[in-house]
Amino acid sequence: MIDNKRGDELIRLSAVEFGYTDTPVLTGVNLALRAHDLVGVVGPSGSGKTSLLRLLLGAARPRHGTIYRRPGIAVGYVPQLETVNWDFPVTVAECVLMARKQRGLPWPSRADKADIADVLERLGIGHLAHRQIRQLSGGQQQRMFIARALLRRPQLLLMDEPTSGVDVSSRHDMLHLLSNLNSEGVAIMITTHDLNGVASHLPRLVAIHQRIVAEGTPREVMTPSVLEETFGAPMQILEHLGMPVVLDGRSPHRPAARPVPSTVGSAK
Amino acid sequence: MIDLLLDPFRYDFFVKGAMVATLAGGLCGLIGVYITLRGMSYIGHGLSHAIFGGFAASSIIAVNYYIGAGLWGLSSALAINSVTRRRRIGADSAIGVITTASFALGVVLLTVFGNKGPNFDAALFGSIIGVSSTDVWALAAITAFTVIVIFFNYRALLFVTFDPEVANVSGLRTSRIDALLMLVLSLAILATLSIIGVTLVAATLVIPAVIARMLTNKFTNMLLSSAIIGAACGLVGMNLSYHLDVPSGTTIVLTDAAVFVIALVATSGQRLQRGVMAH
Repeated sequence: MIDNKRGDELIRLSAVEFGYTDTPVLTGVNLALRAHDLVGVVGPSGSGKTSLLRLLLGAARPRHGTIYRRPGIAVGYVPQLETVNWDFPVTVAECVLMARKQRGLPWPSRADKADIADVLERLGIGHLAHRQIRQLSGGQQQRMFIARALLRRPQLLLMDEPTSGVDVSSRHDMLHLLSNLNSEGVAIMITTHDLNGVASHLPRLVAIHQRIVAEGTPREVMTPSVLEETFGAPMQILEHLGMPVVLDGRSPHRPAARPVPSTVGSAK
Repeated sequence: MIDLLLDPFRYDFFVKGAMVATLAGGLCGLIGVYITLRGMSYIGHGLSHAIFGGFAASSIIAVNYYIGAGLWGLSSALAINSVTRRRRIGADSAIGVITTASFALGVVLLTVFGNKGPNFDAALFGSIIGVSSTDVWALAAITAFTVIVIFFNYRALLFVTFDPEVANVSGLRTSRIDALLMLVLSLAILATLSIIGVTLVAATLVIPAVIARMLTNKFTNMLLSSAIIGAACGLVGMNLSYHLDVPSGTTIVLTDAAVFVIALVATSGQRLQRGVMAH
């Protein structure tokens, strides 16, 4: 039963603290994910991005604070490509089928086969169903894992660095795909370190560095003060075609674009 | 030639030995797929040594070998798995600590109290002699149990082996699946110890799975090929053991190794060079 006070919230973290050792990785995290959200989490390595995903997934428990999950919510997870053993002897179809719970016989039922064919076609990799997973490009590998997550019909999709290790064209395709999935009603949260290629194209960003530094639109989050606090290095922000573009603050290059005032943002 | 191969089947002890070796090879081949793909190839070696401790303890306190050594082996396997999942200590280190300590304890117990149970040399290197009907039935039951476990937990075992973290967050009870795998592994080692031996049983877990991996990219095919290769090598190795009059474990493992070399040459070693079994 859905708590009416929580409206369209899928998951809410309240005053959450988390750590693997005595030193906390995340502290004082307050964050809500709602139906139809498309959110990017930005931060440097070790800032707690993956830990945040693990908390949202329920794979890690907070040391302090509470996590509310909408009852019965289905959450799909797409791991980082770097964490996968690509020599594992499975085909694309076998990998996607892992998401479907076995009821009786181990081989796929007619309905399983139809669902797998549908989701692979939807993601444009239907012709690769019988390929071993190493024989795919980075973008195709990412789509395969999205297909596996979608087979569970999730309301929320969590993705760890989905554009890491893919080329520019695949990155654009991925952003279009995420936008389409989101418009079909799947809430999405991704982690990324790619500020210009990915983060600036998303409707909502969360900047973290052991805590939530800022949350809002790219224009509100991608400011010099927020990014310096998040990444620990000075950065210059320019505006190009209405979108913020981040330059390394020490860069000698100064393109003739309009700088964004550093006061914009909602730093917390 | 055929007469030479069939000659030993005139003897009841050899028929039993051949049945056990074939079943043992197939069983180890089947389980070996999961073990090698998890990067835990060393666990077979370690666990067989750990079970040797249970073998010694059960022989001294006059408890049935299958019960005493089985419980000992399962406890060791679960301890290794638990330590490994915590990730502070790697699988290789956990296996090294737990199993060598158990093996050393077994040697101490046998030295101090003397061996009152099965033959010591046979436990180390395997033997055709002395395979009883109980051994055959025990192995057949364990093989059937293992096949049923794998059949009805096929997708869960595959998911947990391929991607334990995602399997866990997808709602699978990964610790239960891990425990189930450790249970069938312990039982398999226990049942094959008398014919293959403590020191060699690991090879029958690893080699057929590695050969199968070189031959296929599909998981189901790997499972089937590994079991068939293991069973065939068990039967051929047992026959060689009779003709060469050497311990059965050695000839079974050497047959596995010969097939491995043939497969390596036939596939030009391409997949092996890519570090197929490495994590």
